[in-house]
Amino acid sequence: MLVADNITKKFSGVTALDRVCLELHEGKVNAILGENGAGKSTLMKILSGVDNDYEGQIVWHAQPIRFQNPKEAQQAGIAIIHQELNLIPYLSITENIFLGQEILTKWGTLHKQKMRDQATVLLQKLRLDIDPATPVQELKVGQQQLVEIAKALLLEPKVIIMDEPTSAITDQEVETLFGIIEELRADNKTIAYISHKLDELFRIADRYIVLRDGKSIESGNIQGMTHDQLIQKMVGREIFIPPPKIILNNQESVLEINGLSLKKPNHKESFILSDISFHLKKGEVLGVFGLMGAGRTELLETIFGLHHAQATGQIHLNGEPLHLKSSVEAVKAGLALVPEDRKRDGIVPGMTVSQNISLASLGERVEKNGFLSNQAESQLAEKYIQELGVKTSSAQQLIKNLSGGNQQKVILGKWLATHPKVLLLDEPTRGIDIHAKSEIYKLILKLAASGLGIMMVSSELPEIFAVSDRVLVLAEGKLTLEILTQNATEDILLKAAIPKVL
Amino acid sequence: MQTTLDSQKKLLSKLQPLIALFVLCLVIGLLSDKFFTVSNFWNVLRQISVNICISTGMTLVVLMAGIDLSVGSVLALSGAVTAGLYKSGIEFPTQNLFVGFTLLGGILAGIVVGGLLGFFNGMAITRFKVPPFVATLAMLTVARGLTMLWTQGFPISGLGKDFAFFGTGWFLGVPVPVWISALVVGLAILLSNKTKIGRYIYAIGGNENAARLSGININRVKVIVYTLAGMLAAVGGLMVTSRLDSAQPNAGTGYELDSIAAVVIGGTSLSGGKGSIGGTVLGAIIIGVLNNGLVLLNVSPFWQQVVKGLVILIAVVIDKANTKNH
Repeated sequence: MLVADNITKKFSGVTALDRVCLELHEGKVNAILGENGAGKSTLMKILSGVDNDYEGQIVWHAQPIRFQNPKEAQQAGIAIIHQELNLIPYLSITENIFLGQEILTKWGTLHKQKMRDQATVLLQKLRLDIDPATPVQELKVGQQQLVEIAKALLLEPKVIIMDEPTSAITDQEVETLFGIIEELRADNKTIAYISHKLDELFRIADRYIVLRDGKSIESGNIQGMTHDQLIQKMVGREIFIPPPKIILNNQESVLEINGLSLKKPNHKESFILSDISFHLKKGEVLGVFGLMGAGRTELLETIFGLHHAQATGQIHLNGEPLHLKSSVEAVKAGLALVPEDRKRDGIVPGMTVSQNISLASLGERVEKNGFLSNQAESQLAEKYIQELGVKTSSAQQLIKNLSGGNQQKVILGKWLATHPKVLLLDEPTRGIDIHAKSEIYKLILKLAASGLGIMMVSSELPEIFAVSDRVLVLAEGKLTLEILTQNATEDILLKAAIPKVL
Repeated sequence: MQTTLDSQKKLLSKLQPLIALFVLCLVIGLLSDKFFTVSNFWNVLRQISVNICISTGMTLVVLMAGIDLSVGSVLALSGAVTAGLYKSGIEFPTQNLFVGFTLLGGILAGIVVGGLLGFFNGMAITRFKVPPFVATLAMLTVARGLTMLWTQGFPISGLGKDFAFFGTGWFLGVPVPVWISALVVGLAILLSNKTKIGRYIYAIGGNENAARLSGININRVKVIVYTLAGMLAAVGGLMVTSRLDSAQPNAGTGYELDSIAAVVIGGTSLSGGKGSIGGTVLGAIIIGVLNNGLVLLNVSPFWQQVVKGLVILIAVVIDKANTKNH
């Protein structure tokens, strides 16, 4: 009934979707599968009208259609429940459900009674036994998600898209959600269900559609498929043969982590990371793999001292215990963190390449007698521009005018200027084109060869295989696997990364 | 070809405030023969020196994407403290103690008070995470109240000739307030361009997350800058008190707005990271010349306010249009 026909989507030159075809079957739960970056979310944004800049066409009830905005898609009967909840915390359940769809009296004022009654009916349908006047911020995450579903149901949609609906809720809430999905199916609603968690899909999905690297790979009935077969289809690409590595058995550890745990703020019993122990050797690249929400970024941030109030466990750097309370202390101790979101946390966009390079080492490398030395600064900048092969018209160019790959090299340069002992990389090639990626990989390998200890978080398996000596796999905050890269396969890593629903 | 055109455009947008000032002077000079005189020249510079002092501190604050609304009240309190201590010292009846102050002692005490109030602003903003707007708004009220308490609501007058030097004196043919503000501006330019902390100020305003992750002690930089802003307001307080030969309890009311206006007209972005002390000086001069010209042309003071408001608006609109093109 809803068909995507040869959809192609490019983001500034990078192809996110490549002639994707997909068909949602009416009255079925259609599971959409794929690794991070396979194009699932992009496709759903197009189907729900959030994104209208694409090639190809969408066919809705045998009619080609192009939604200009989410409202048009809603009116046509397509609702989406995003991975991140879009509720306004201070407003009540009723007010959130009716946001943008308010019922008015003939005087033009809000018809509160009517809205409350309708909200009550919707909540009953979802078995959420709460006063609809309750502010949303007082609800648990699972309940908030049900409010989102109620909001979607208000428009009586024919298709409901759920983007990783179980990523943030408890097992019990998952059960409730599945009950509701089954009822919706019985109502002949069509559901598109995006998830990493294969076990869930076997429980509720009727059909599967696999996306990989922006292409639609295969679809069919989920019955008769096995866990391993689906993983095979998701991973599928030819296996990358890692270059032979020097085995580093006799190298000393630079970083040792023992029993590291991280509590959720304001949650006594909930852990983002629990009881993680490992070590990092000099000259080693340690890959950290896991799905979204597994705690990868938090692991690096905790080592870097950003969560000291919630963290427990021991960290040793070169045998000395570390008790970092802030990034200031972390940098002093010789740690360096290249953050995942380059724009938000990495670059200072209005500053020059040179100023960005010197930012973390002004005191040590640029300051002379209390004043900044232009000469020392430009020497420092030129050194790292050369060493890392940053392509820029000059050191005085604003960093925001550089490509993503070159910005990332500048950030690397900033850290190398501090002469760190350990380099923590969080998704170092996110949003970077393929050519620049391979350059970054070469740099990482070169830096490791010079004796630096490197931890690299990545959600891209080929990247893990390309550069790491050893891999840690995280799932739901626990360390589920530690393996030498040469002994690992994509299957093994993915299996360890996918949380098992009991 | 393209790049030369671009750089020409950039240069032009940088020179815009200067061109605006030039045109402004030309127009006023044509309409009034009193404008281009030596005495009026010094008059304008003397009038704006207080605003320049305050605005220098404000620029540093705004470059970090902060704001300091308390400068007017801080100016009043520190001026009153200096005047009160210099004139009549301080008595501690319980310890049967009287402490008298020399001129220098009184001035230093005033600057320490200004710095302390700024320090409190910085602590509220960093330790207790109070938004700068709110923290300094609270300080605006508190410092004004303290001024009233200290002066009992009456001006402290009759400070003598030595004291008047800072507001009305001349040195080497230049008014003393102009010397003071020039010194302040010079030091601030040095600080912002040539020192680590100056670079950190720009980095914090440009991207606070990136600055923090680079190991910069953000809180320390912020506290230092708010303390500096308080001290510079105190220097302004000294000049105002000295010029009037009197510490008025309601001195400095509304000065924060004049200083924000100078900062904004000078091209510093209220969202931080972009701007300069030099621009602010230019902004303060534009406001000063505008005020002076409107007085010389006998325009009603009510209209002066309207014109000043419109100039601020136009300055920001032009600035936005420029940044959009780049």
